[in-house]
Amino acid sequence: MSADVELQNVSVTFGSFYAAKNVSVKIKQGEFFSFLGPSGCGKTTLLRAISGFLDPSEGKVLIGGQDMAGIGPNKRPTSLIFQNLALFPLMSVADNIAFSLEVRGVSKIKRRERADELLELIALSGQGDKKVHELSGGQRQRVAIARALAIEPEVLLLDEPLSALDLKLRQKMRTELRAIQKRVGITFIYITHDQGEALTMSDRVAVMNEGELEQVGLCDDVYDFPNTPFVATFVGENNAFYSKVISSDGETVKVESEGNVFIAKAGKIDEQNKHTFNKGDEVIMFIRPESIFINNQNNKLDNNFVAKLNTIEFEGNLKNIYLSINPNMNVRFSVPNAVDTSDLSQNKNVELTFSSEKAVVLPKGSLAVD
Amino acid sequence: MNYFFNKNGPLISTYFIIAIVFWLVFLIIIPQLYMLDLSFRPNLPPLLRGGPDDVHTLEHYKYFIFGSATSEDPYNYVDLGVFFNTFTTAIFVTILNLCFCYPIAFFMAKVATPKTSRLLIVSLIIPFWINELLRSFALRIIFAGEGVINNILVGTGLIDTGINFIAADIALYTGLTYAYILLMIFPLYNAIESLDTNQLEAAKDLGSSTFRTHWRIVIPHAKAGIASGCTMVFMLTAGALATPVVLSSPNTYWFTQLIYQWFNMNDNWSRGSAYSILLLTISVIFVLLMMRIFKVKIGEIVR
Repeated sequence: MSADVELQNVSVTFGSFYAAKNVSVKIKQGEFFSFLGPSGCGKTTLLRAISGFLDPSEGKVLIGGQDMAGIGPNKRPTSLIFQNLALFPLMSVADNIAFSLEVRGVSKIKRRERADELLELIALSGQGDKKVHELSGGQRQRVAIARALAIEPEVLLLDEPLSALDLKLRQKMRTELRAIQKRVGITFIYITHDQGEALTMSDRVAVMNEGELEQVGLCDDVYDFPNTPFVATFVGENNAFYSKVISSDGETVKVESEGNVFIAKAGKIDEQNKHTFNKGDEVIMFIRPESIFINNQNNKLDNNFVAKLNTIEFEGNLKNIYLSINPNMNVRFSVPNAVDTSDLSQNKNVELTFSSEKAVVLPKGSLAVD
Repeated sequence: MNYFFNKNGPLISTYFIIAIVFWLVFLIIIPQLYMLDLSFRPNLPPLLRGGPDDVHTLEHYKYFIFGSATSEDPYNYVDLGVFFNTFTTAIFVTILNLCFCYPIAFFMAKVATPKTSRLLIVSLIIPFWINELLRSFALRIIFAGEGVINNILVGTGLIDTGINFIAADIALYTGLTYAYILLMIFPLYNAIESLDTNQLEAAKDLGSSTFRTHWRIVIPHAKAGIASGCTMVFMLTAGALATPVVLSSPNTYWFTQLIYQWFNMNDNWSRGSAYSILLLTISVIFVLLMMRIFKVKIGEIVR
């Protein structure tokens, strides 16, 4: 069984502070949905409103079409996985997993059967009698998932459960979480500040900032067609060119920035509509570091500019190259490590090029990195 | 030892060692050993002490069990009764104290805001700035035949004649429970406070009722604090003197009152020592029992 979750104009206030402001979103049945945002953006507040630990000050939470007002967390068809997992340290692994059955008066034998079944699901067969502290971080993670799944919830809520793991394990757990979600087929609502996690696992993401939804959409849509400057800079890396509109035909926009003229796509307002721009509008043009190339005869694209090289930063698979167009205007691009950069020396002027297809123009707004 | 001296300097090191040795040897070991030895010696006038009659004997312990040689009874029913009564009442008071303090401690640790909980702690502590004896007398006034409670009950017409709270030992139980409430609340508070609040939410999210969350999560987590609070309250209740003197009914004797009598009124220090050793023994047995029941180590209790 799986249920959809709908938030209708949900606001949560603490005094005069809005932790969540007028959030409306519909999460489909069986979907892996992520709320992505910086810490303090209100995503955990929303999760607590869905799980029932917190009542929205305004608006409604509907699960499976049913209004959840006045229904406590122990009566909702949701299970929550906590950031620190909150496994019960004094109980065995099997007792942890079967706790939700124990409180429902299921017999000891049945409980054990179900625990063993779930231990198999999370590839920990035969470890039911261990104590929680005898398991590794990744194993605990899986036990927390099994414990949450034991009563077959319709919606599983996950509050940054991977944040305590180290990088390798986190990457492995992403794949596993996704696989578990496919196997059990229930709705997963995932909270994270890590865009990598959100983009790799989710069907759709909602980007949040200061209690409000900035954009809801498919992962590649959010990455390729950000609706706001915040989304453009929070999800992935981006270069922001503060510019003025020269002309616009609805689809493409010609802008001027620090003496350079660029052509770019007009950004979207939502999934259907695009922003309209008029001559002289103050805008930001965004171009991602991986979409900028060194200009040579083979790959001349429709936008070109020159910048002076500052530093080359080695990141393993990538090299990040920092340049400045002028003292106020920096730009960064990245090339795969395999690309030879030995002819780039400091203070050398480099000719760069990018496609107008990859550049997005949005009205001026606050960036994630400000 | 060298390291200790180098780290703290000769002056402070010497002071530490003298203070600790003095405390251990003079305040704990010697008095206890002296009392233990005295309990096995006859009660002799000062002139005969150290003489040929001053031999080790079980006479005081025998007296506790069988009574005086001149008595008709086969056993010392009075003293055994008082001992047993003190023991059971102390256990009862300990349980009462635990039941009373657990919700308060839980409320302060997990429900109240930090500000409310600080306020509560202060209001719990302030009454204890007043001497134990005075607090007992205050309770005596409250519980007296013409006391506050009876006046209210009679005044509102709930009862016709005043209840004798003191004869029913209600005043005594209340006084003893109240006397050591802090020693129960603070270990409980510390233990519950250290529980990750997410565990409570996780249990609730998994469908657990409040009672079951406490039974399966909070109490197992807090058991060291419970054992610690119970042992302290039990020992102090069993060893209390002022509160029973002021609040017990004329028919109720507390074991410490017997000890007091042997020492001060009958001038029989040997027998007083023997009785003190008995009280100490039962207290130690109780601690060991608590450790066994709650499956905690002594290190966890005193933490």
